[in-house]
Amino acid sequence: MISVEHLTKCYGDFMAVNDLSFEIEEGHVYGFLGPNGAGKTTTMNIMTGCLSATSGHVIIDGYDIFEEANNAKKLIGYLPEQPPLYMTETPVEYLRFVGEAKGLRGAELAQQIEEVIQQTKIEDVKNRRISTLSKGYKQRIGIAQALLGNPKVIILDEPTVGLDPIQIIEIRALIKELGQGHTVIFSSHILSEVQTICDQVLIISKGKLIAFDEPEDLEKRLLAPNEIVITADADAEEIREILTDVSHIIDVSMEEKDTGFVEAHIKTDHDNIYELSRAIFFAFAEKGKALLEMTLEKANLEDVFIELTENNDDDIKPTEDAAGIESTEGEVDGE
Amino acid sequence: MIAVLKHELKLYFHSLTTYVFGAFLLATVGIGAMLYNIEAAVSNFEYVLSFCSLVLAIIVPILTMRVIAEERKQKTDQLLYSLPITTTQVIIGKYFALLTVFLIPLCLISLYPLIFSQFGDVYLLTSYGSILAFFIMGAALIAIGVFVSSLTDNQGFAAGISIAVILLNYYSVSLSEYVSSTAIGSLIALCAIILVLGAIIRYLTKNENVAFGVCFILLAGTIIAYFVDATKFEGLLPSIMAKLSLFEQFNVFVNGVFDMTAIVYYFSVIAFFLFLSVQSLEKRRYN
Repeated sequence: MISVEHLTKCYGDFMAVNDLSFEIEEGHVYGFLGPNGAGKTTTMNIMTGCLSATSGHVIIDGYDIFEEANNAKKLIGYLPEQPPLYMTETPVEYLRFVGEAKGLRGAELAQQIEEVIQQTKIEDVKNRRISTLSKGYKQRIGIAQALLGNPKVIILDEPTVGLDPIQIIEIRALIKELGQGHTVIFSSHILSEVQTICDQVLIISKGKLIAFDEPEDLEKRLLAPNEIVITADADAEEIREILTDVSHIIDVSMEEKDTGFVEAHIKTDHDNIYELSRAIFFAFAEKGKALLEMTLEKANLEDVFIELTENNDDDIKPTEDAAGIESTEGEVDGE
Repeated sequence: MIAVLKHELKLYFHSLTTYVFGAFLLATVGIGAMLYNIEAAVSNFEYVLSFCSLVLAIIVPILTMRVIAEERKQKTDQLLYSLPITTTQVIIGKYFALLTVFLIPLCLISLYPLIFSQFGDVYLLTSYGSILAFFIMGAALIAIGVFVSSLTDNQGFAAGISIAVILLNYYSVSLSEYVSSTAIGSLIALCAIILVLGAIIRYLTKNENVAFGVCFILLAGTIIAYFVDATKFEGLLPSIMAKLSLFEQFNVFVNGVFDMTAIVYYFSVIAFFLFLSVQSLEKRRYN
């Protein structure tokens, strides 16, 4: 559907996007994740033809965005970071302009405008001036605009930024709904958002793709659960003693709690964490000490994200889709 | 292009500036017509247009200041870039919308000579020839305004620069009397102009090689031409300055000559500045 090949964008000496390559398949919701300044907006702007690339290609369903811009742009609906609205118009007037610019005419135009108004639920405000509307509505009008012309791909740049919690939930629901009929790519720096909406996550940092996978797989692959937290009816010394009989423990740290109990964080290199928790359970049972609480510390996307984006580049474990980027890194940096 | 044109027109008719522009133009022409044609009983309507032409230097920049600067400020230019229309279509659409806004008061003005002709002999051909030329000259000024507006995201700045540029153009004939008419003076001035041109190319293309190349070729050509035949350079600068004045060319029409070279010059100015505007918009993608 969309293939991004060796995309590089420099602003003077600053390299915003650095040899980025990935493939977008039809019919998924893709989350574009990265800290601020990672190059998300730049990449999206290039993919939608708003910005040129220093080098590389973006092919949309066979059309190169630079060479056959008009054909490629017809397949894309784009909502930039700030919804591009003409404040003095009403939503209907605005949508009519965008529809006409996308080549819709007459009855088809009217019908599509009606459809997107229904879809984005802006019926109530469709004849009010855009400048008087709330940010949530402005965002919806921006999405409605992107939906006109029924493009295959919808690209949304940080669609939930600056909205209140209810509006955020509504926009997320809308994105999910859009995912049923379109390929949706949206960027965010909020992890939970990406986790709940997306089938696929792309994480970029400093202009490079560092991970591309399903959210669950990312967690599994990059940070297997390797920590058990227990609270036992025993003091620190006793716990340490009991645990000496259990194998595959690499580190234990104790923490005194307000309740008077001691919480032990047990790190392990065991492949199957349940095996270990069973062993711990029996070890305590043998000594007649009660285990009051036992939790498996599961990694979430947040940890993955922090690990991936904050670590030095050498430490990054690229997933298979991102492999190959490391190898070309040296020569690109040298330019 | 049609979509942009329709949209721009709708925006114009919802904005105050359009009406101020129209009202100002009609008021000035009205006052001029009153002074010349009614009070002084002169039957030449073209003199009125000549009298009013300086007003264009103020009202055209006010009309054109928002055309691209505002898109940039509101970030709606991103929409234009992402829509399946080319930048040329955007500029042409916007330009035709501006021409329409300019044409509406002119249509009213076109009635004046007809009305005056009821009361005496009016040279209708010269009058309408001048009105047409007035429109084409205005169109050229609008093209300059569009280009200046495309350089910035600040409307006020766009208006200020446009007014300065157009006034400079207006007074270039008077100024030409004060500049040096010696050969060496013309040579130095030409070199300075070439360097400025190079700086503009450098700014627009961000490509030093092209800028230096163009500068070098032009400078070398000029200097060689100077050494081959220095007499050609005498009085060259004043005559260039006089020739470049859009307003000076208009006076030829007022004097009753429909000057095709002037028309060609106006159209070249329009094409040149619209081309620059497209390039300026395109450049934003390469920043």
